[in-house]
Amino acid sequence: MAPHDVRRPFKRPAISDQERRRQHSLLRQAQNRRDAQHHARCLASTVLSLPTLAPEPESSPSENPEPWQENLDVLGASKLKAAEARKWFAKQLMHPEWMIDIPNNLSQDWFVFSRPSGKRCFVVSCNGTTISRLRNGSILHRFPSALPAGARKKDSGPSQTYSILDCIFHEGDQTYYVIDMVCWRDYSLSDCTAEFRFFWLNSKLAETGACDLPSRYHKYRFSLVPVYSCDSNGLYAAYSAPVPYVKDGLLFYNKHAHYQAGITPLALVWKDENCSQYVMDTDSKGQVPNQQQVVLELQDDGKLTTSDDPPVVFGCLDGSFIQQSGLQSGCLLRFSIGEGGIVLMDGKLEKADLHYLGKANRARASADSFSKVMFQYSVRHSPLRIDGLLESVSISVDEENKACDIEMDG
Amino acid sequence: MEVTQVLLNAQSIDGNVRKHAEDSLRQFQEQNLPGFLVSLSGELASEDKPVDSRKLAGLILKNALDAKDESRKQELVQRWLSLDPVAKTQVKSCLLQTLSSLVTEARSTATQVIAKVAGIELPQKQWPELIGSLLSNIHQVPTHVKQATLETLGYLCEEVSPQVVDQDQVNKILTAVVQGMNASEGNNDVRLAATRALYNALGFAQVNFRNDMERDYIMRVVCETTMSPEVKIRQAAFECLVSIAAMYYEKLAPYIQDIYNITAKAVRGDEEPVALQAIEFWSTICDEETDILEEYIGDSNGDSDVPCFYFIKQALPALVPLLLETLLKQEEDQDLDEGAWNIAMAGGTCLGLAARTVGDDIVPLVMPFIEENITKPDWRQREAASYAFGSILEGPSPDKLAPLVNHALPFMLSALVKDPNNHVKDTTAWTLGRMFEFLHSSIVGTPIINEGNCQQIITVLLQSMKDVPNVAEKACGALYFLAQGYEDVGPTSPITPFFQQIVQSLLTVTRREDATESRLRTAAYETLNEVVRCSTEEITHLVVQLVTVIMMELHKCLETQNLSSDGKEKRSELIGLLCGCLQVLIQKLGSLESTKYVVLQFSDQIMGLFFRVFACRNATAHEEAMLAIGALAYVMGPDFAKYMPEFYKFMEMDLQNFEEYQVCAVTVGVVGDICRALEDKILPYCDGIMTQLLKNLANDNLDRSVKPPLFSCIGDIALAIGDNFNKYLMYAMNTLQLAAEMYAHTAGFDDEMTEYINTLRNGILEAYSGIFQGFKNSSKTQLLIPYAPHILQFLDSIYMEKDMDEVVMKTAIGVLGDLADTLGSNAGSLIQQSLSSREFLNECLTSEDHLIKESAEWAKLAITRAISV
Repeated sequence: MAPHDVRRPFKRPAISDQERRRQHSLLRQAQNRRDAQHHARCLASTVLSLPTLAPEPESSPSENPEPWQENLDVLGASKLKAAEARKWFAKQLMHPEWMIDIPNNLSQDWFVFSRPSGKRCFVVSCNGTTISRLRNGSILHRFPSALPAGARKKDSGPSQTYSILDCIFHEGDQTYYVIDMVCWRDYSLSDCTAEFRFFWLNSKLAETGACDLPSRYHKYRFSLVPVYSCDSNGLYAAYSAPVPYVKDGLLFYNKHAHYQAGITPLALVWKDENCSQYVMDTDSKGQVPNQQQVVLELQDDGKLTTSDDPPVVFGCLDGSFIQQSGLQSGCLLRFSIGEGGIVLMDGKLEKADLHYLGKANRARASADSFSKVMFQYSVRHSPLRIDGLLESVSISVDEENKACDIEMDG
Repeated sequence: MEVTQVLLNAQSIDGNVRKHAEDSLRQFQEQNLPGFLVSLSGELASEDKPVDSRKLAGLILKNALDAKDESRKQELVQRWLSLDPVAKTQVKSCLLQTLSSLVTEARSTATQVIAKVAGIELPQKQWPELIGSLLSNIHQVPTHVKQATLETLGYLCEEVSPQVVDQDQVNKILTAVVQGMNASEGNNDVRLAATRALYNALGFAQVNFRNDMERDYIMRVVCETTMSPEVKIRQAAFECLVSIAAMYYEKLAPYIQDIYNITAKAVRGDEEPVALQAIEFWSTICDEETDILEEYIGDSNGDSDVPCFYFIKQALPALVPLLLETLLKQEEDQDLDEGAWNIAMAGGTCLGLAARTVGDDIVPLVMPFIEENITKPDWRQREAASYAFGSILEGPSPDKLAPLVNHALPFMLSALVKDPNNHVKDTTAWTLGRMFEFLHSSIVGTPIINEGNCQQIITVLLQSMKDVPNVAEKACGALYFLAQGYEDVGPTSPITPFFQQIVQSLLTVTRREDATESRLRTAAYETLNEVVRCSTEEITHLVVQLVTVIMMELHKCLETQNLSSDGKEKRSELIGLLCGCLQVLIQKLGSLESTKYVVLQFSDQIMGLFFRVFACRNATAHEEAMLAIGALAYVMGPDFAKYMPEFYKFMEMDLQNFEEYQVCAVTVGVVGDICRALEDKILPYCDGIMTQLLKNLANDNLDRSVKPPLFSCIGDIALAIGDNFNKYLMYAMNTLQLAAEMYAHTAGFDDEMTEYINTLRNGILEAYSGIFQGFKNSSKTQLLIPYAPHILQFLDSIYMEKDMDEVVMKTAIGVLGDLADTLGSNAGSLIQQSLSSREFLNECLTSEDHLIKESAEWAKLAITRAISV
């Protein structure tokens, strides 16, 4: 029984670089195996399929100038760098239409919550860091967070996992309010219903400690927004219950809708003076102009269109005017709406009294959407009031009861 | 046969005589094993035989009972168990008789052989009288018999596991051993044997340590023994204290003050081997408390099994000065001696562990020592100060340390260049590295490196890299952590302007004539790798240039010929380092869409070089080249197929490298990489690969750590080739089923074995997953139906064992989902009958582990569909 040696490592890193390379390879292999398995599991499964956020490549290549980018899923996007990532992320946020009429079944099929005022952004956590990107794809913050793989910490799980949250950064309390979850630990939720996404968001976010106060490895706090089912109690609570943030209108999300990049009618925004500082659009000086202003895009044929897909035509400029003013197709132009107003026929635009003001601010990325123009128009003329909304949700409950009665009698 | 002469001849200096004797012995053994063993034991027991023949007889006996190789060992165990009982009794009786021999060598050989026999027989409930008859020896008058008996008990405790021995016998063994240690025992040989025996017997004393009176007695005797006049006994007693610290930490509170006094005295005044053990006691307490405190943090309920007694925190005001004293007892040139381990090194190491344990509290106790000594004319004081500083950088909060480090940095940088003493410079560079390792990060905290000093730091480090090898090596290490701290810096890094200069300096270091001393070349390449890993996108063009440089280095290295054996070894090492560097470059460039093309562009040449590397017979070189190829295949995807015809030969060769199992393990992983890269293009090679994988799984000589990845690899292949896997299905399923049956239960295994079995289960389950997913949506799914009952049964039985770790749980519940998903309604009723689909699934659905929960949600969905259709 020889004496027992007590030598300990001295002035050496505990792990050699070769061992690190070996472990790195093992990790990568395990991760790749998981990805391959995950991918295989998703192929035949409609509910859990790992979706591509961008449209499927069904269109011909000529219509699709950057097919490799279009086809990327969120995991693919994680490998993009700088400029490409910026472009890609700029297209991925889901934007609500403005509520210009009340959807059917608002009380059953919709959620409602008050929208925090602030900077809308994607928050991406991966590889030990967290990055928030604004609507245009540019980076707002790069910081450590308690989100999965959001900080360089031993216990934050595998560092390659990838999570994306749809957030609003609220300056007042320096908090990211999470309004949707797009991807969680490599698990895309964009083809899941809003109901499922909110459920997942609620159960997963707090687990990570992301809602805790800031600390060394967690620079900004994350917070959930109270989401209500849009019955009369829920709607009233969303409208009037106190929240820790400055409100900017109400958001309505259809419970069955997937997360869809771009503008969608399955998410709606509505506001009045009570729940938003900015009901009516202001000009560059922050003043509300006398007449409503709209921004439209000039097309090849002189037509003036909204940013919708397909675009809505609001009017037309004649060729000579275009030439005189040195305008080109694709230009964003500003118009005011005159006394003639906007005339609708069966819900479709009949005509609009447009007056040319000039080119739009260069910072503008796109024209106004139809719903935005119409919402602003109605705010000035016959606004959709909270009473009307509350009434519609209580009526629909009555209607449901009636329908029920009939069935039971039958 | 006259065995004495043959045994003597077998030790002859004449090769022919020796060979002849060895042949005779082998023949004897083959023809009549019982007779052979009996006559060897007789030889060992005969007092009138020469000592040399007796010793060799004992040694051959020992080797007939045990082997290093696990499968060989099992063979020998079985052989002994099935031996003629009469012969066994004779052998054992001779062995026990030898304990009374007057010849020390014969006795000492017999003690070991007895322990080996006990190691085989006691777990089988055989030789029940052994311990009793040993204990009866203890009371014999001749001290040499007592000594041999205690030694036998010590070896016995080392050989057999505590469960095998009744508590009643444990009590008797411990009583005998502790009495043997007692000061009243006049004979030092007996005391030493007893103290060493206690070291091994401590693992048996669980129950006795729970009894206050018995524990007090053991502790008192151990503490008294640390004061024996005989240095070896004191050392052995301190070894016992170290082992007690690790095993019975929670029982130490009543004794800790006394132990502090004893250890302090030993550290200050005793001989080095004793002092080292005394320091090791406190290092072990640090280990224990860090583990407990880490568990506190991990376990939010706060109900850890073992409470922390904060011994280190309490002892700190006395312990720190004690350790600081040791730092001044350095040996000259200890940094040049790889094997050095002395009191200064142990003391500094313990100081570092204490800092990790208590955090901020240690800082005010150490700072005065640093401030007082760092400028002293005696190099020992300057070195000790710097070493103390470096030691406490891990543990205390960055907020506490950053101001101190900021204050000290200019001085340290200047010392690194100007101090006349190499030892001081070595430690200074190491301390700088520790500062960067623990306090420099682009993400958080007060930066210690800023625009103002970044350039100076880099300049000093690069200059220091021209110093003697041991100092240059530490400077490389510091640069490594400097680069690492900027890993997440974002698009622009402060070291970008120096990238070229750094790379150039590192390459210059790798070409130094003395680069093979002090690990310098390895350190330089490791740092180069880290600098590349952490480089930002703005300088990828420089990283691209590096590819050709490293390729050229590798080419030149492969060209060198006619080397001495030492030269060959160094060349192989360099090849390994260069392949490692290429791996890092491939990963770096392959990870960016904008630079991927570089990898594709150079891939032919790189593969050409790797093929030449495979021609060298060196494990590390093969391993590194394989890892690099895995990375390359990952970047290239299906295009990698063009290298397969040539690469396949090497892959097959390395899959068969059982000797250097690391090579085999790495190659198995690379096969997985290639499966995912090539998908069904790997099909032409699958016959060969599958044959090799299955052969390896059946091979008992292959290191066991390779088996789990071998199973997983079968899954990778199945997933890649889909229902083409059909032709291997029967063989693969057969192997998997056998393995599943073997590893369904862990009862009776220790923690380490249970952990290993879990990695095996994970591999088996990953294979099942791959196979099911591979066959999904194929017309051949019905081929899998016959295997479903067994797989479900396997899931049920490992669930019932309740010993799965999280990884296995996640994989297992995933397999349930895959089975349901692929077989659908074909397996609906089977699944419904299984326990896994109910209790196990529910348990996973409510798991706190998100990966398990997600897999469970997937499984639930798949099962719902399978049942509803």
